[in-house]
Amino acid sequence: MKVTVKVNGVERTADVESRLLLVHLIREVLGLTGTHIGCDTTHCGACTVLLDGTPVKSCTMFGVQADGREITTVEGLATNGQLDAVQEAFKEEHGLQCGFCTPAMMLVGASLLERNPDPTEDDVRWAISGNICRCTGYMNIVKAIQTAARAKAAASEPASV
Amino acid sequence: MAAEPEVIRGIGHSVKRKEDDRFIRGKGNYIDDIKLPGMLHMAILRSPFAHAKINGVDVSKAQGVPGVVAVVTGDLMAQHNLAWMPTLSGDTQAVLATDKVRFQGQEVAAVIADDPYVAKDALELIDVDYEPLDVVVTPQRALEPGAPLIRDEKEGQSDNHIYHWESGDKEATDKAFAEADTVVALDTHYPRSHPSPVETCGCVADVDAATGQTTIYMTSQAPHAIRTVFALVAGLPEENIRIFSPDIGGGFGNKVPVYPGYVVATAASLLLGHPVKWIEERTENLISTGFARDFHMHGEMALKRDGTMLGLRVSLLADEGAFHADAQPSKFKVGLFHIVTGSYDLPAAHVEADGAYTNKAPGGVAYRCSFRVTEASYLIERLVQNAAYELGMDPSELRLKNFIKPEQFPYISATGFEYDSGDYHGAMNLALEKVGYQDLLKEQEAARAEGKLIGIGLASFTEVVGAGPHKDYDILGLKMNDGAELRIHPTGKAILKISSQTQGQGHETTFAQIVAEELGIQPEDIKVQHGDTDNTPYGLGTYASRSTPTVGAATAMVARRVREKAIKLAAHLLEVSEDDVEYDKGRFFVKGAPDQVKTIQDVAFAAYTNFPDGMESGLEGVYYYDPPNLTFPFGTYAVVVEVDAETGEWKVRRVVAVDDCGVRINPMIVEGQIHGGLAEGFAIAAMEQITFDESGNCIGSTFLDYLIPTAWETPRFETFETVTPSPHHPIGAKGVGESATVGSPAAFVNAVIDALQPLGVKNIDMPLTSARVWEAIQAAQGGA
Repeated sequence: MKVTVKVNGVERTADVESRLLLVHLIREVLGLTGTHIGCDTTHCGACTVLLDGTPVKSCTMFGVQADGREITTVEGLATNGQLDAVQEAFKEEHGLQCGFCTPAMMLVGASLLERNPDPTEDDVRWAISGNICRCTGYMNIVKAIQTAARAKAAASEPASV
Repeated sequence: MAAEPEVIRGIGHSVKRKEDDRFIRGKGNYIDDIKLPGMLHMAILRSPFAHAKINGVDVSKAQGVPGVVAVVTGDLMAQHNLAWMPTLSGDTQAVLATDKVRFQGQEVAAVIADDPYVAKDALELIDVDYEPLDVVVTPQRALEPGAPLIRDEKEGQSDNHIYHWESGDKEATDKAFAEADTVVALDTHYPRSHPSPVETCGCVADVDAATGQTTIYMTSQAPHAIRTVFALVAGLPEENIRIFSPDIGGGFGNKVPVYPGYVVATAASLLLGHPVKWIEERTENLISTGFARDFHMHGEMALKRDGTMLGLRVSLLADEGAFHADAQPSKFKVGLFHIVTGSYDLPAAHVEADGAYTNKAPGGVAYRCSFRVTEASYLIERLVQNAAYELGMDPSELRLKNFIKPEQFPYISATGFEYDSGDYHGAMNLALEKVGYQDLLKEQEAARAEGKLIGIGLASFTEVVGAGPHKDYDILGLKMNDGAELRIHPTGKAILKISSQTQGQGHETTFAQIVAEELGIQPEDIKVQHGDTDNTPYGLGTYASRSTPTVGAATAMVARRVREKAIKLAAHLLEVSEDDVEYDKGRFFVKGAPDQVKTIQDVAFAAYTNFPDGMESGLEGVYYYDPPNLTFPFGTYAVVVEVDAETGEWKVRRVVAVDDCGVRINPMIVEGQIHGGLAEGFAIAAMEQITFDESGNCIGSTFLDYLIPTAWETPRFETFETVTPSPHHPIGAKGVGESATVGSPAAFVNAVIDALQPLGVKNIDMPLTSARVWEAIQAAQGGA
């Protein structure tokens, strides 16, 4: 079946089996390996991408179901080579260790900040509760997303005269 | 006025991690990201039965599926003498079953196809004729007379008993118990858990039929040891084997062993002349790869009425599964469990251990712990709390009274460990202060008066890491020493090649910081290479918190070796005798004339452009480190919980962690390691468990059943430190990756038990699910 998606701003078309999972479409057909697979059953969240801006677990959707939709993966977080505030903050706050859950965590974080620019700790913890991390104990992931929120707020403030 | 020299970001600096730049861009290179031309895909057929005879395997239908290139069975592997392989404990393990299957999930056959979906389709078409046999799911049942014999293929094996092992002095311990005023006992099961890194295991095997070059990309925590094992198992020349561990998505011990999938994929690549990729599904990872713990323990402590500890007696029964595959030093059958005297000056101790085969997955890997110290630490810390209740003492007081005192170090324990350094009182007192212990006791009393259950749990762990000295520590005969190689380039930049492999611990940053400290090259100017056996020195790998104690030491020592030559070069440049050159943080200067100075960059350039006659050019070295002793990190964790007696639900209110891992190379990374360890300790105490039904079906084969805490369940942590350097480690560091997983489960459980004191509950086995807590409350109250 033919599927056309807009991935990180670029329209891509592929001819795939209807049973091909979205995560495999992204990783194997489109070659974007920053999206990972951890559990096959929608629990770990390592495969999370943004579908029209909303986090979805791409192991639990067929590629063809994404036809005509817009997908953002970790490779699309930076703009013109400029890292997103969430990416900067993950490094700054030591929000990652092995890095395997990180792309999904950052996408969920970025999506949260779109909806809620000033999240509380509980807001962040709830938002990322579909994503498992085994390395960090989540402390610094939470901190990183809140740091990113502050950085975004500071960047959007009008420059003082 | 001379400019201030730039601060060298060596030891003690929270340098941001170098590895992050690729990870935050999604540019990590994990096993499943590796694609080679002509690569085929492998899927493994696994047994649905825990114990069954195999009467036949019919692969004809599977072979006929378009896209299937080959189907591999145990018989085919047997033709190449590869149906069985050695385990890390010197036992054997089936690669693909030939005679019978011994646990649910055991590898039976493999399909190689040009597409992973096709490979999985074809698995469905393999017809295996199983004849179910009686199943043994507990080690107690395994050792009963007449129990079904699991390892009937093993010569001389007439029952399911694997080993008996003892440590300590039985006679002295018996004497201590005879003189005791009080004996406190505890029976507890440390449940089977699973490390479950978010990335599963996998490999891409690439054998070049023309040259024999065998490159295996593998999620391995121990690539060098694996290379040697492959050479021995497959009879391949070791120089032709290259193990390449790419970025690893978490290990926690799960990625130490050799798994059947690696062997089959390599054999298939050899036979087919194509690279073969095998990536585990999560269920395969949970039901077949290295589990952890599963110790049934009995502990007894002898004390005087005043609380003085006299002796400790422990017996345990280990459930090893169908093949004895513990990853541990060969001299010690239950790892370093005999550290069970913990942080206490216990004059006498005796440990007895037995291992049994059951129809369960093999493994026994250390899940974020150094060779069974987790089980040991849990048992002693639970016993101490119960002893305090028995004696009517405060658990903190009983600990403070019996801790090994700072002046007693180095301290020889009753089971023969030489503890290097410690200040247990200091760590405990800091934890008590930070958690506000005295106020909490008052609050607890007031709450109890109102029928509310608040608990305060303490655990003062002593870890034992950094294996180890060559005299006592080897795996399959390979001494547990590790290497580092350092080359300084003409421009003063460097490459450090290390034998251990990172899985998130930040080696690319911290090991560069060690070199920075010793030579004055900034960490960002030092590339750290690891994971590629062709391009790194030999070593036993990253697990058991051993990288910093062994490879960290090798790194410091190789940098010092290089510095000796650097001093000669500096003397040449400064036109003085080398005895007149001093080094301080990257500056080589003339004694008494600090303005006459050369930097490491000047010296490095001279090593290739302007060296004295008779000196070899270049500036590099290699060092293999044989630790003189293990290191003994320690700390005290204090946990505060609230328990709802009606539902058995418990909530963590505070977690205060005081860790002493000696000198901290990168405090930010150390703290991150402790956070992760605390989360996994909480997970084990609260929810993680691999269980089996009577038929040996694994209950816990997906993340729906094997519960891992998310950010929502995981408590907040408050971390603090004391610093007691290791006296024998070149930079005084001890290792920290696992301390919190070792120490914290007892603190969580002790807190819940403490909350339930008014009800008389003495023990609940982990995981402390609400149901188990509720049942314990009911039982204590004489309810149904």
